[in-house]
Amino acid sequence: MSTINNQGLSIIREIEPLLPGNVPNIKDRIVSVIYQQAEGISAQVVRTENLYQTSLEARLDGILTSRWLGFPIMLLLLTLVLWITITGANYPSQLLASGLFWLEGQLLHLFAAWGAPAWLTGVLIQGMYRSLAWVVSVMLPPMAIFFPLFTLLEDLGYLPRVAFNMDNLFRRAGAHGKQCLTMCMGFGCNAAGVTSCRIIDSPRERLIAILTNTFSICNGRFPTLIALATIFMGSLAARAYSSMLATLAVVAIIMTGILTSLLVSYLLSRTLLQGVSSFFVLELPPFRKPQLGQILIRSLLDRTLFVLWRAVVIAAPAGALTWILANSFVADTSVFALIAGWLDPLGQLMGMDGIILIAFLLGLPANEIVLPILIMGYLSAGSMLELDSLNALQTLLLDHGWTWITALCVMLFSLLHFPCGTTLYTIFKETRSARWTIMAALIPLALGILVTLIVNQGAKTIFF
Amino acid sequence: MIKTTSLPVYGQEATRNFIIALAGNPNVGKSTVFNRLTGLKQHTGNWPGKTVTRAEGTFTHRNRRYTLVDLPGTYSLHASSAEEQVARDFICFSRPDLTLVVCDATCLERNLNLVLQILEITNRVVLCVNLLDEAERKGIHIDIAALAHKLGIPVVGTAARSGRGLSSLKDVLDDMVAGKIATTPRQVVYDPELEASISEIEKRLTPYLPDWISSRWAALRLLERDYSILEHFTGNKNEQFPQRVLKEEVALCLQ
Repeated sequence: MSTINNQGLSIIREIEPLLPGNVPNIKDRIVSVIYQQAEGISAQVVRTENLYQTSLEARLDGILTSRWLGFPIMLLLLTLVLWITITGANYPSQLLASGLFWLEGQLLHLFAAWGAPAWLTGVLIQGMYRSLAWVVSVMLPPMAIFFPLFTLLEDLGYLPRVAFNMDNLFRRAGAHGKQCLTMCMGFGCNAAGVTSCRIIDSPRERLIAILTNTFSICNGRFPTLIALATIFMGSLAARAYSSMLATLAVVAIIMTGILTSLLVSYLLSRTLLQGVSSFFVLELPPFRKPQLGQILIRSLLDRTLFVLWRAVVIAAPAGALTWILANSFVADTSVFALIAGWLDPLGQLMGMDGIILIAFLLGLPANEIVLPILIMGYLSAGSMLELDSLNALQTLLLDHGWTWITALCVMLFSLLHFPCGTTLYTIFKETRSARWTIMAALIPLALGILVTLIVNQGAKTIFF
Repeated sequence: MIKTTSLPVYGQEATRNFIIALAGNPNVGKSTVFNRLTGLKQHTGNWPGKTVTRAEGTFTHRNRRYTLVDLPGTYSLHASSAEEQVARDFICFSRPDLTLVVCDATCLERNLNLVLQILEITNRVVLCVNLLDEAERKGIHIDIAALAHKLGIPVVGTAARSGRGLSSLKDVLDDMVAGKIATTPRQVVYDPELEASISEIEKRLTPYLPDWISSRWAALRLLERDYSILEHFTGNKNEQFPQRVLKEEVALCLQ
């Protein structure tokens, strides 16, 4: 970092003989004297009454970070937030979908009235517009509910308590305690999560945190998970419990992600990245009264619109590309179907099919567009039915042979596959190493193939 | 290779624009103080060569123009992270006209560590004890006058969120800049063995140091073998050796 010239060197030469030997010891002595003085001054000028509120806060912290209740409360809050999201997003999603697809019909009429060529209508309306409409109607409502709730927990000061609860687990996995903070960040966006790993000073532990960040389900993947869980897991139970079951399925996937993150950290710290985990002081800030207006503005502007915009920017060209692939023919078969055919055997082994794998591959730029591409893939391969609600989506997926096992495998693969392009680019920028960037893609991908294989074969043996 | 010497040295331009460094622990309402003082007249960027955000704002009080530089929130100035190094280098080597330290009234003790460390670097310090409202709600009372007396610097109590105390804070900043207030900053006294080393190092070091660097502080850093401070005040910048050479030299010295 620094450069020192001749004069500096001569100063060092002159002074070095004067220095006592043990450096860490000296630092500690200097710091501890300063601490003592601070303590002394503070004792003389600060007077504390024992008010109910301080003890209330202390008691609250005692409960939220307690050994027995800490984790159940975390799970409960997570479940609650997701349940509100799933239940609340349903109706506005339907509304948006029917509105946007009504508009699609009008646009088609308009293009027909203009006499636009079929390929133009295809690329612009059935390609770009349709995937945009899907992204907006499937993603916007959950995000508009989920983000404010998440920001609310952040503002209340709950997240540092989560970190406090998890710290021990991460240290035992050979990672840095701060990794749970970067992991939480990853729930927003993996690229942001990877960048936030800068808070970890030790290069070894930072690398572990970077490589495992993708196991935090990011916002690009939440809507897919929520939609699939609602359609397939929800329908396994009676109507009254369906949104609860869907919620639990999403929670289970998230927990699987966290456990995978711990497991992979453990394995990495025992193999490629050996070392001891370092300590850090975690400060629990006081609980603060959240500023509701701020929360709404910040979560809607900074998060919801930001993520949506990113999705829209990437979904439009990806939608067009998908349409072109599905409508360019090599000897009677579309290019899309051709690739799907190649991938199909592997997909079948993993409980999915070729089109799903294409959707994940084409979804590399952003996870948000995996579901729209999937839908377009199915639509172009078969009949052109009007998709205006989750029910229609369910029919479409069932028509293509989906069962709850397919949905489960897709959800698991959504958790465990290569990170999105932005995240990979960020990893490269942060690590400056092509090797680690490739590892960051290969580790989760290999795990994903393995896990879906096992789950699919296991489930089919047990249930069929 | 990143050099912190590229930080601009403030306070030397002809039209005096007084520079105030704003320091403090994280989560003490430092940004609120910053926003309250500067309003919308601010811009942000990065510290040269660092990924640390830098915010600057201006305000005018009693016909004097001030530039407030928001330093990253840190618990200490040990230069063990990029944030700490940025904060330390600015307070020490960019020579602001004064340093305003914001601290949290609800946990004064922890915050005082940073204050004492800053007092080792410079005597031009004003302390702002913020979040007084929150402290009162928790039944914590702070004797501001006694604190000022103990530290030997002006101390102002504020609740920046509601704007309480900010006008007297501005008055005190102005009085300091105008030279109406003399400070006698409290110096931390270490154990005799350390003190002996400190004064020995100080003696040898003084000829090399510019007069605006506290030789005691520099001696303490060298005592900790923190050589990163040397680059800021040793002569000719053209002859520079990379760290690797330095380590070898040090190893030679140690033998």
